[in-house]
Amino acid sequence: MSHDTATTITGRINGREQTLRVDNATLLLDLLRDLGLTGAKPSCEMEVCGACTVQLDGLPVSACTTLAAELDGRSVETVEHLGATEEDLHPVQRAFLERSALQCGFCTPGMIMTAKALLEQQPDPTREDVAHWLEGSICRCTGYESIVDAVLDAAEAMANA
Amino acid sequence: MLASQFELHRPESVEDAVALRMQLGDAAALYAGGTELLLAMKLGVLDYDHLIDLKRVAALGGIGERDGAVRIGATATHREIETDAAVNAALPALAALERHVANVRVRAAGTLAGNLAFAEPHADPPALLVALGARVELAGPGGTRELPVEDFIAGPYETELGEDELIAAITVPVLAPGVRAAYRKFQVLERPAVGVAAVGRVEGGAFADAPAVVVGAVDEQPVRVPAEELVGAACDDAGALERLAAAAREAVEPVDDLSGSAEYKRHLTGVLAKRVLTALTEEEGR
Repeated sequence: MSHDTATTITGRINGREQTLRVDNATLLLDLLRDLGLTGAKPSCEMEVCGACTVQLDGLPVSACTTLAAELDGRSVETVEHLGATEEDLHPVQRAFLERSALQCGFCTPGMIMTAKALLEQQPDPTREDVAHWLEGSICRCTGYESIVDAVLDAAEAMANA
Repeated sequence: MLASQFELHRPESVEDAVALRMQLGDAAALYAGGTELLLAMKLGVLDYDHLIDLKRVAALGGIGERDGAVRIGATATHREIETDAAVNAALPALAALERHVANVRVRAAGTLAGNLAFAEPHADPPALLVALGARVELAGPGGTRELPVEDFIAGPYETELGEDELIAAITVPVLAPGVRAAYRKFQVLERPAVGVAAVGRVEGGAFADAPAVVVGAVDEQPVRVPAEELVGAACDDAGALERLAAAAREAVEPVDDLSGSAEYKRHLTGVLAKRVLTALTEEEGR
């Protein structure tokens, strides 16, 4: 049976509405990276490591295991939508810098999008809440403590903003 | 990029989804969160010409309490369940279990119905759902039918779902007054090595009836542990709890895998059986 293996979708990518024709087999991570948004990283490719985390309608998802077609009628946000210069950093980005919550930086875009999603859902998380949300994000450099500290700092900064 | 070339169907009614099931047969897979299916397709383990996305079928969404049961729609995600007010009020043990399924990304996308339909033995929900007496509502060309979760799961990656059916909802009876539920697990990877659920009534510091004790993730299907001996036993009766732990170790048939050796998982089963029964007597084990 012949069948149509592509779908026309309209969705928001970092705030901008776009209509695209995507192959159904294309993953959201492929789509974003082909558009030059390379902050989300392919790594484990099985929803375990968190390096490909983006926010889909606000919640963190593994872009490596999400169909690009899922963007239809929805909104995706990647780390590129946050601050790009020292002056306009998102509070989570600033806190990561100030706490030295990164070394090689490979996991950082995923960590930041996960932390941002958490703070949007729960503006006043406990240390345990932060650890619980970041459980599925793997960092091989920092030992996590500085990352958790940074997320708690960001929560405070956002509450006082 | 997935290796499969497939058509994506997005029906908006149960009738249309069932019609697609009948028309496409085993060339199609039902699809919602994709957290299991897309992984398997990515690995080349599964390959389909059609995916039937159920997320636009409004009747399959949402969570509500009615007639003494919480009805969880097939497209409700783990996160929706973990944060749902009715689930937290009526079935806190289920909310707590859902809060610890996989990771936050999987919980945001994956569904409870998908978890059951995939029937991966290393999963959290089946043991507790079996202990709670939960049922699966299946929609097919002739209407709907219900099966206990215990009967729905036929084996590893096998269920009683008909080729022309889909899961419409999971219904979980609200606990009767005085009855509590709890789930305890141990895991080193993304999935539980062993999980044990218990549902029972505690009165005056003793087990008032035989609790339902169910071990998950160890065998190919959830395994019930006979617990009649606990009736009347004090909750802190170490001998009674140890006999229950022995019964639990006896009931399972573990195999060596990445989560641990058979011997280790048998040991964990006994430890967790005791812990989950102790949890029934504590405030949180509601």
